[in-house]
Amino acid sequence: MRDRLNQLLRRLPTWVVYGLGLLPAPWLFYQGLTGGLGVEPIKALEHEYGELALQLLVLGLAITPLRKYLRVNLLKFRRAVGLLCFSYVSCHLLVWLLLDVQLPEQIVADIIKRPYITIGMAGFLLLLPLALTSNNWSIRRLGPSWRKLHRASYVIGVLGAVHFVMLVKGLQLEPLIYLALIVGLLLLRLPVRRIRPTSSPRRQRA
Amino acid sequence: MAYRWTNDLTHDDVTSQSAFLNRRQIMAGMAGLGLGAMAGGAQAQEALQPNSWDEVTSYNNFYEFGTGKDDPADNAHLLTTSPWSVTIDGLVDRPGAYDFKDILSEMTIEERIYRFRCVEAWSMVVPWNGFELADLLAMAGVQDSAKYVAFETLYRPDEMPGTAYRVLDWPYREGLRLDEAMNPLTLMATGIFGKDLPNQNGAPLRLVVPWKYGFKSIKSIVRITLSDQQPPTSWNMSNSREYGFYSNVNPQVSHPRWSQSSERRIGGGLFSKRQPTLMFNGYEGEVASMYDGMDLAEFI
Repeated sequence: MRDRLNQLLRRLPTWVVYGLGLLPAPWLFYQGLTGGLGVEPIKALEHEYGELALQLLVLGLAITPLRKYLRVNLLKFRRAVGLLCFSYVSCHLLVWLLLDVQLPEQIVADIIKRPYITIGMAGFLLLLPLALTSNNWSIRRLGPSWRKLHRASYVIGVLGAVHFVMLVKGLQLEPLIYLALIVGLLLLRLPVRRIRPTSSPRRQRA
Repeated sequence: MAYRWTNDLTHDDVTSQSAFLNRRQIMAGMAGLGLGAMAGGAQAQEALQPNSWDEVTSYNNFYEFGTGKDDPADNAHLLTTSPWSVTIDGLVDRPGAYDFKDILSEMTIEERIYRFRCVEAWSMVVPWNGFELADLLAMAGVQDSAKYVAFETLYRPDEMPGTAYRVLDWPYREGLRLDEAMNPLTLMATGIFGKDLPNQNGAPLRLVVPWKYGFKSIKSIVRITLSDQQPPTSWNMSNSREYGFYSNVNPQVSHPRWSQSSERRIGGGLFSKRQPTLMFNGYEGEVASMYDGMDLAEFI
């Protein structure tokens, strides 16, 4: 089963992932234009792009644990997933800037004054160098520091989920699920012995 | 006593849906030609054109049915609104459970076209049908010692899927100072567009306080309690820094989450422009005197 899946994945060209992954962007915009996103299409579009970006973040962070624990190999698509995530974060940000807030002075005030927006912006700024270095030339050029730089994705994952948790009113379930997934995927990266229940960390410290 | 407040608009403005759409297209066209300034006089009135039935009934916050804007429209059909009774108790002469039908038979239903401003910085104009809260309170006989009115929404988990999650501490609670409750603008709505209130809009009976953020206008009311103490209110209990007891629409006082200086009217599509938010949502003349001497930046 797993071997069949991996074989299939090996044969799947990455351009298919880029193509399918980018399709929702214009489709959702068209839906917003034609009433498919309800009577407040600006907020709906902003939310749709943001949520897709979060889903791609989860998928991106799942690639290593999937390979390690389930031996499903998606490594070939990691760059595509990362760049798609960056594209949707950019769409999300553009909708917020151009369609939602509109007023430049309010944009600046919002970024400074409203913690969930500050956190979201921080996530975007951290994502920028990762997107810019997602090419073979940068990997060769940066050598080992490329891996270190791209560990920023762990922080970005947490920032993205916290941004969602904070922006909803009240304690809502959906953003907490994203946060739990992302934190869970990061915990899976810890060395195994540390999360094994038999060796309690308290006893180790003592 | 009905008809203490007069609408800015006539009934024709509500019912003539097609004319409304045509007019909007004309306005949009004029704006495109740079002729917007010529329509200056008509613009204030244009801003009060009611939203459409679809807009008013498909974009709602009613967390008992889910936190998504379309959840209430999808789930509120589960709600049974008949029979319905409202308990009026506390500092009143005639406490008890009042049957909704009996209340209706005592009240004169009138139409009120109000601006509706959500704390999330979107707005609508809604043609409500209902009666003044003051008339309902008079029916129960308010005692002199009463200072506040507390309201409670129905809490019936088997008909309200959203209450499975503790987004808020159910039941939903709201409150007004007695003078706010007695203000002629304060409406108990029983309908919109001349029809019964759809469940997602708070059937069969809801409060409408047009100069306050929408969450004050509590839906599907089952209890009204008069008291001499300021009652706890749901959003204030959940986050007192963001949601005050008063929650008057105020473009000068920024909410920690949203700037309140501007708003977006629902229905303008993907390229809808923001418009400035009015003090007390445009009802300054009617309500500002109730807050004389109060620092509105402190009493949020």
